[in-house]
Parts: sequence; C-alpha cells; structure tokens
Amino acid sequence: MPVIKDVVCTFCGCLCDDLEVNVEDNKIIKVGKACKLGRAKTMGMFLHERIEKPMIRKNGKDSELEECSYDEAITKAAEILVAAKRPMSYGWCSTSCEAIEKAVVLAEETGSLFDSTANVCHGPSALATQEKGAPSCSLGTAKNYADLIIFWGCNPVHAHPRHQTRYSTMAKGAFTPNGKKDKKMVVVDPRNTDTAKKADLLLQLTPGTDYVLIEALRAIVNGHEDVLPDEIAGLPKAKVMELADMCKASKFGIIYFGMGITQTRGRYKSGDNVSSLLSDLNQTNKFVMIGMRGHYNVTGFGQVAAWETGFPMAIDFSRGSAYYNPGETGTNDVLMRKEVDAFITGAADPGAHFPQESVKHLYTIPAIQVDGYANPTTEFSDVVIPAAIAGVECDGTAYRMDGQPIRMKKLIETTFKTDEEILTEIIAKVRELKGAEGGA
Amino acid sequence: MTHKPFIDIRIVTYNIKSTVKGVRMIETILISARTIDQGATLEEKTSQAYFDAAAYCELNEGNLEALGVSVDQNVKVATAHGMVVLPAKIDARLPDDIVFIPMGPWANAIVDPDTCGCGMPGFKGVPATVEATTDPVLSMKELMATYME
Repeated sequence: MPVIKDVVCTFCGCLCDDLEVNVEDNKIIKVGKACKLGRAKTMGMFLHERIEKPMIRKNGKDSELEECSYDEAITKAAEILVAAKRPMSYGWCSTSCEAIEKAVVLAEETGSLFDSTANVCHGPSALATQEKGAPSCSLGTAKNYADLIIFWGCNPVHAHPRHQTRYSTMAKGAFTPNGKKDKKMVVVDPRNTDTAKKADLLLQLTPGTDYVLIEALRAIVNGHEDVLPDEIAGLPKAKVMELADMCKASKFGIIYFGMGITQTRGRYKSGDNVSSLLSDLNQTNKFVMIGMRGHYNVTGFGQVAAWETGFPMAIDFSRGSAYYNPGETGTNDVLMRKEVDAFITGAADPGAHFPQESVKHLYTIPAIQVDGYANPTTEFSDVVIPAAIAGVECDGTAYRMDGQPIRMKKLIETTFKTDEEILTEIIAKVRELKGAEGGA
Repeated sequence: MTHKPFIDIRIVTYNIKSTVKGVRMIETILISARTIDQGATLEEKTSQAYFDAAAYCELNEGNLEALGVSVDQNVKVATAHGMVVLPAKIDARLPDDIVFIPMGPWANAIVDPDTCGCGMPGFKGVPATVEATTDPVLSMKELMATYME
C-alpha cells in the first residue's frame, strides 16, 4: 500500500507539510498526522456531496439545476460574463496560485471587480499593513525564537489546531528547547476560549474594545500608565499592566491575530494600532505580528494579485487598469450597493459566509460557481462547474500564513477539470465571444 | 448606502424584558466565529453534520435560566438586520449577555452588513435580543430560499 509522505494539508493557513496519506485503488484510505480539519478535508473527498456534473439553471433561480457538459457550462459562464456591465469575480482562496493567476486574467479580460475571501477575513489586516507596515517573520523563526506568544482575537485550538504544536506555544525551538516551559502564552478574547485554557494570562475584554486595549498597552509601554483609568476595556488596569510587563520582559514576542482584530469595531484601525504597539516595543525588544489566515491559500491570492496588479484584493478592472479602494470596491460593498450584475466565484462560499444583504443581491443576478462540493452558493448559482480539489487531485503552489510558498502534491487521479483548466477555458471562450462582438 | 454610526457597545446584566406575550427576552452582544466542528464539516454544507455544527447558539447558564429556556430548546435571536431561530446550548465559560453563533448561514442571517467604509461587514459585536420561541430552525436550503425575492 503506497504511503505518500510530506503531504501538504490544504485546509488552513498553517499549510502543515508533514501529513502521511495512504492511497489504495485511487482512494485515500488513511490520513496520518493531520488535525480534525485536515483529516475531514482530505478523507472527506469520498464522503461529501461532490458536484458530480456541470449544471445549468435554465429558468430562473427557483428552477432546478440540470446536468450538462463542461463545454456547455463554460460557454454559458463566458456568455454571462461578456454580457455583464459590472461583473465580479470573488474567492479563489482554496485553490492554487496557478489558478489564481488565471482568475486575474479572466477578471482583466472581462473588466471585472476582483476580490478574495480576505474581504470577510483579513482584508483589514492588509489595510493596516499598508498604513503602518507589519513587522513579521517566518513561522520557523517564530518557533525557534519566540518566548512570548499572544493570541489576540483568534482561537487556534478550533481554527488552526496544529499551530501550537508545530509553530508556537508547544513547539520546541532552538532557543526554547523545553517548549511550553520556555514560553509565556497570552490570550486576548471576550470569550474564555479553549485556546485560553492553557494560557498564562487571559485578558477577557469587552467585545469591540480591542483598539482601546492596544492603546492602553502603548501608553504603558511608553511610560504613561498614570493617565490610564482603573478599568480598561472592561479589565482591571493591573491586568493590562501585567501584559505590558510580560511584553517588556520577553526576548522575542509575537502577536498572532485573528478576526477579533479585523471584524470588530476598529476594523483595520485595530491592526494598524497593533503595528504601532510593535513599533513601540521594538525600540527595546523584538516583536512581530502574523495574521492567522483561514483559507489555506488566501495568502497566495494576496501575493499573486499584488504581483499581477499591484494590489492584494478588492481590485476593479472596469477602467481598463487595476483600481483599488477596498471600502468602495470590496465584494460586500458592491453587492450591498446592488452594483454587480454578474458574479463568478470559485474555491470559496459566499452563500454561507456573506451577510444576508449581500446574499439577497446574489439571488437577483446571474451567478457562476466553480467548486468541488455543493454548498449554500450552489443554491443561487445558475452555472455550476465541478472542479478538482487542489492539493489532493492536482498539484500547485500555495502560500502559508507567513508568506512562505509551499508546493502542494497531487495524491490521486481525477476526471474533474482543475480550477486552472476551467478558468483557462472560460478565458478562451470570453476572448472568442468578444472577438465575435468586435467583428460584428 | 446611508452610513450608520458605529455600533453602540452595551453590556446589560440580566436585563430581562417582558413582551406582551409574557416571553422573557435578554439583550446581548452577538459574536460569530469558527468552531472546529463547523470547520470539519465545511466541505459538506448540505449534510446533517454541518447543520448540527453551525445551526445553534450558545449562552451561559445564567442567561439561559433568565430566559426560562433549557438546552436544545429553540430561541429567536434578533438584531437590527434580521432574525434567526436556533437551538440554545450552554457554554459555561461565556460572559453574561454574550450570544455566540458559529460562523455560517445562520449567524450571517443576522450580522451587521455595514462595512464602515473599509470592506469588512460586522460579524462580531452586534447588539442582539434573545427570547424563547416554538418556531422551527430552518435547514440550510430553507434558510437560503428566504433570500429569493
């Protein structure tokens, strides 16, 4: 029985690259070393409701999806995009960078808006980075050096289950040979999460007061604790002082941050202030920050989009060149303004993860879905194109949350087209249709 | 789109209201986030396992008692942006007056769509009321169908 070693897990931004997968008769029968998320994703290939055939809805959103050929579905998708005045392409984060490159070309070719799942995840972190920068390092450096680990607004026990053993609190590093014993762990979260169970310090702040707490820490680090009130962000001042003291005492600190920073009241200003806090701490200590990325290759989307267009997300090609203004050109903004008149999404599920107002608009416009599995997005999609699962049924490149590119392996054969192939064929069809239009 | 002011963050301790029907209601702050079961069923969103992992809400024991609701009994969670019916569960470690719903279609039925001009909707920190109900929980497909005009 062949065992494929050093398999890259394609679930979260940890991109663990040490999985052992047993394959028999082109089926994955065992996944070793993976967490619950990675195992569900890799093994689930044969359990979940796979989209088996391309499908088209012929008579409006309330009619049934009918099976068709890949050619028919790809032609229909191209027709929708060419006919649209304000098309949008969204997602492309649980797929390879090679596919994302094609998605950029398709968006440019169709004058589309082009955005990633960062729109509902770490988009504000990108804005914060552009405002103030983000001192960072590789997860390898973090593992070997960090003696203070702060999980701010993230819950890796649930969302990045192997993060602590591979890269952070539990990992034994060159300068932290005893693992957890050589490190301090802090959790900042309004909830007493499962991650917080093993923390040396939990700061259970009032929801939405992250910015206030960061600002208070900056005041203390800069020697102005006398101006602070007795209660900060719902916490006693002494507890905030305790965290500041831990920061000042550390040799190498790292703030891993999640949606508690990006989705709460301060949005990108909170991430911006984390960067300012690190700037203060870096006068005397060594501190870095890394966003806990969800989709395994959302970091790759940012990389590819940035080198192809100059911008990491929320790009508008309608002017013929790339334009970027996230509060205006971000997916949820344009959907809620009911501006978009056609929508293509792949390797993401806006149906499940967008607010109600955005989903309502998606029910009123032609929608194209490229995905391996049926999900809420399938419910409003007029064209559904099944795709191979990247990192399982095809290889490709993905970027880890710290910006390290890692090559994903192909584990089994498939008859499904890859995202890259589907996008390449839609681009060809779009060019053909536009050529015909131009000649008419 | 008219721009709304920032969310007013309120913590109200056991602020029990009585509606005309005599149903008790509490004022809470909604937080949505990932859970490991929601993540593990992410690629099978048409399954019962995903429904079980994403279609519930959590409160602490005191809040549940204040509502007069027992575990797995349905509650109506409402915000200025929508309403959703979910079975209630206990997370004993939750602070008072926080309602937690795993990220997914049920949470997103009531989150704040306003991006405050920076692209990101309000998935956390949304003022929400919770009250007991006998209404049923909608399946994923039923919930999505409510968006069709």
